[in-house]
Amino acid sequence: MNAATQLRSPAVSTPLPLAIPGAIPGTTDAQIRAQVSDLNFWYGKFQALHGVSMPIHDRQVTAIIGPSGCGKSTLLRCFNRIHDLYLGVRYEGAIELMPDRLNLVGKAVDPILVRLMVGMVFQKPNPFPKSIFENVASGLYVRGIRNKGEVEGRVEHALKQAAIWDEVSDRLKKPAYELSGGQQQRLCIARALAPEPKLLLLDEPTSALDPIATAKIESLIDDLAEQVTIVIVTHNMGQAARISDHTAFMHLGKLVEFGETEQIFTSPQAEQTRDYVTGRYG
Amino acid sequence: MSVTALGAPAETQRLVLQKKAQDLIFGTIGVLVLFVVMGLLLTLVSDLVVDGAGRITPEFLTSFPSRRAAQAGVLSAWIGTSLVMIVTAVVAVPLGVGAGLYLEEYAPKNILTDAIEINVSNLAGVPSIIYGLLALGFFVYALGMGQTILVGGLVLALLILPIVIVATREALRAVPAGLRESAYGIGANQWQVMWNYILPSARPGILTGAIVGLSRAIGETAPIITIGALTYIAFLPPSPVSASPPFVNFDWLNSPFTVMPIQMFNWVSRPQAAFHENAAATGVLLLGMTLLMNGFAIYLRYRLRRTVRT
Amino acid sequence: MTTTGSPLSEYEALRASPFLRRGRVLAAVMKVVLFACAALSVVITAAIVWVLVSESLPFFREIPLTTFLTDTEWTPVFTNARYGILPLLSATFWAAGIAMAVATPLGLVLAVYLSEFARPGVREALKPILEMLAAVPTVVFGYFALLFLTPLARQFIPGLSGFNLLIPGIVMGVMILPYVVSISEDAMRAVPMSLREGAFAVGMSRVQMAFSVIIPGAFSGVTAAYLLGFSRAVGETMVVAIAAGQNPNLTGDPREGAATITAYIVQMSLGDLPHGSLAYSTIFAAGLTLFVITLVFNLLGFFLRRKFREAY
Repeated sequence: MNAATQLRSPAVSTPLPLAIPGAIPGTTDAQIRAQVSDLNFWYGKFQALHGVSMPIHDRQVTAIIGPSGCGKSTLLRCFNRIHDLYLGVRYEGAIELMPDRLNLVGKAVDPILVRLMVGMVFQKPNPFPKSIFENVASGLYVRGIRNKGEVEGRVEHALKQAAIWDEVSDRLKKPAYELSGGQQQRLCIARALAPEPKLLLLDEPTSALDPIATAKIESLIDDLAEQVTIVIVTHNMGQAARISDHTAFMHLGKLVEFGETEQIFTSPQAEQTRDYVTGRYG
Repeated sequence: MSVTALGAPAETQRLVLQKKAQDLIFGTIGVLVLFVVMGLLLTLVSDLVVDGAGRITPEFLTSFPSRRAAQAGVLSAWIGTSLVMIVTAVVAVPLGVGAGLYLEEYAPKNILTDAIEINVSNLAGVPSIIYGLLALGFFVYALGMGQTILVGGLVLALLILPIVIVATREALRAVPAGLRESAYGIGANQWQVMWNYILPSARPGILTGAIVGLSRAIGETAPIITIGALTYIAFLPPSPVSASPPFVNFDWLNSPFTVMPIQMFNWVSRPQAAFHENAAATGVLLLGMTLLMNGFAIYLRYRLRRTVRT
Repeated sequence: MTTTGSPLSEYEALRASPFLRRGRVLAAVMKVVLFACAALSVVITAAIVWVLVSESLPFFREIPLTTFLTDTEWTPVFTNARYGILPLLSATFWAAGIAMAVATPLGLVLAVYLSEFARPGVREALKPILEMLAAVPTVVFGYFALLFLTPLARQFIPGLSGFNLLIPGIVMGVMILPYVVSISEDAMRAVPMSLREGAFAVGMSRVQMAFSVIIPGAFSGVTAAYLLGFSRAVGETMVVAIAAGQNPNLTGDPREGAATITAYIVQMSLGDLPHGSLAYSTIFAAGLTLFVITLVFNLLGFFLRRKFREAY
């Protein structure tokens, strides 16, 4: 076996079935950016995810919703292996990047390289205690991109993508802590975008923000979806309905239902989903 | 109790008053003890100042020790202390920070880690004079290094290592977990996360610990006596910097030396009162240095807490 | 954007990147370096034990252990030398015992006061004072004991010698006070709030609560503080070397001067000590004794403290 095949999931020779559980009929590989297949995850002895399978569609927004403790953040954090920072975690199954099925949770796959390919924005805005410029450039520096012109160009591009360039272009050398919470979160989005990630993960990115800042981030996500594949965890169902193309509903570590957002919110198939989206619990 | 209280308001009132009185009495005792302790500290400082302040003159700082008390000074002592402290800081801070970093961020939970932790905690309690014996048996004789500034600096570095380690670990624990995750989140490896993000954030706390450690080292006498450092040094070590290339020179590391507390001990051990004055003057300088360093550390910590809170 | 394109080939490219490879190597090297820093503490302990044992071996080859532990005189430099550690031990324990007699009540009162009585603002203001006290060099305390407190005390205490165990003992008690207070206060504050509320709910006063709930609750932590404090007092050097005299003296009277283990080591170090001589190895024998005593107290304190931390 050569190194490349080790990175793929074991069933590399069998083509991916088109009808994946939960996938929309008629989807093809070309439109799928990533495929989660039968993913199980453990914190020590506690199993937090049970056989989750779902596609992530290319250049679309996929929302993961569910009551707190349902495993939605746990699932998201599998995508960039941030769980690996803690002792006693274990993955089974696969999250494969398409088209060539790079298994992000494969044992032979280096989590640091995964994080270089998959950007993440956290719940609380957490810019580094450095300047605005250095924050965005940090993702480039860790890849060894040091050329001044290239760094400046890509920082500017990322800040423009994150719709914050106009607000900070004249104070790039100022500490990031001087920005407002909403600006900080957009800065974190720019930081994640600068290295041009395959996937952008957003973990409840607006839960610490006020409504106006939230609206700005939401419209930003809308615009970004044309260029980058986004997976967002949110506890706010309205947000999921507004910005996502597909929605996954999770409960107790299991994927209950996956579908187009409109379908999930208007005609959910599972009773639990119906109860949740109509606000009966959660 | 509440039943009787309801039945007899006077009784309740008496009980409440009695309890209040108890608290008042204990609170007063507490404050009193504090005042005694503070008073003792103040007495100590003022006794030193009264005895020694008159001797603190420019000549005192620029003269070598002498058999005549009135002409003696602490030139070789304060230069020796400064040079020894350079060695101590250069050795203890990187080693202590490295060990703290390993124990807090890298160490797996196993028997080896546990053993290291017990060790560090035990080392913190080993009497300083034992470090002196270690240095005497190991550095001075086994390695044949002699009674030099390097050995003095090394022994004090070992002595304050546990202080730096503990301070580093506390500072690292205060770094928000979010910073760690976001640094790993951009794809940094463990060392990059530590060097570029975690250590800079922990720097004020580590600095505080290093200053406290160094202030302890400045006042340490016993281990320096034990390695047999001469107490009568009427010359200066070779200068670390020179006017001609290569500009820096490390011959001073191998020079014999004396330090402030040794000089003070030497003078306090003499019978003549005139030397006691010199001892007091040295004590004032020594006390000034350590209190200044500690004051600075306390200030740093205070500022740190304020910035963390907001 | 590279949303299209092969993830596998990008992964391979990243893995092959010389820059990232160098980063991985540096990270791996640093992990080893940091481990070495931490492991150094074990090396230091081993070195201490090795030096103390190997350098005192010549001594124990000459002097039987029973003589060392039971002879009542310590006169290694006399012509008819005697090698009984008892006089040094007795002085050490006298001084440390007096220190504990001072530090125990004062430390308990201060710790209870800081943990249960002082308002947070007051506590924040008072702690630096204790830290300043802890920062005073021991040689300065020695000066204070010998040249200020002893002359003063001699006016009130008949029979007090110029060198004595009493005054340095008291001064050491004040010296270890900040240390004892800080550990006991930590222990007391770790006692859960619910226990305090429970005590108040049954109508206890603050003092009653402190003595019937907090001190018993924090007992192992407070005991650890005293064990560690005692170990410090035993190993303290300069105060006793300056103010307790350097004459080995098996005495039951703390008004007399007597050399402690540490004072003896200092005294010998000041003179000319030819490497390899019996006199040279006596200071290591004395040091080994001191190390064993402090080790026992430190370990006891460490495990009590850890047990206490686990309890809450």
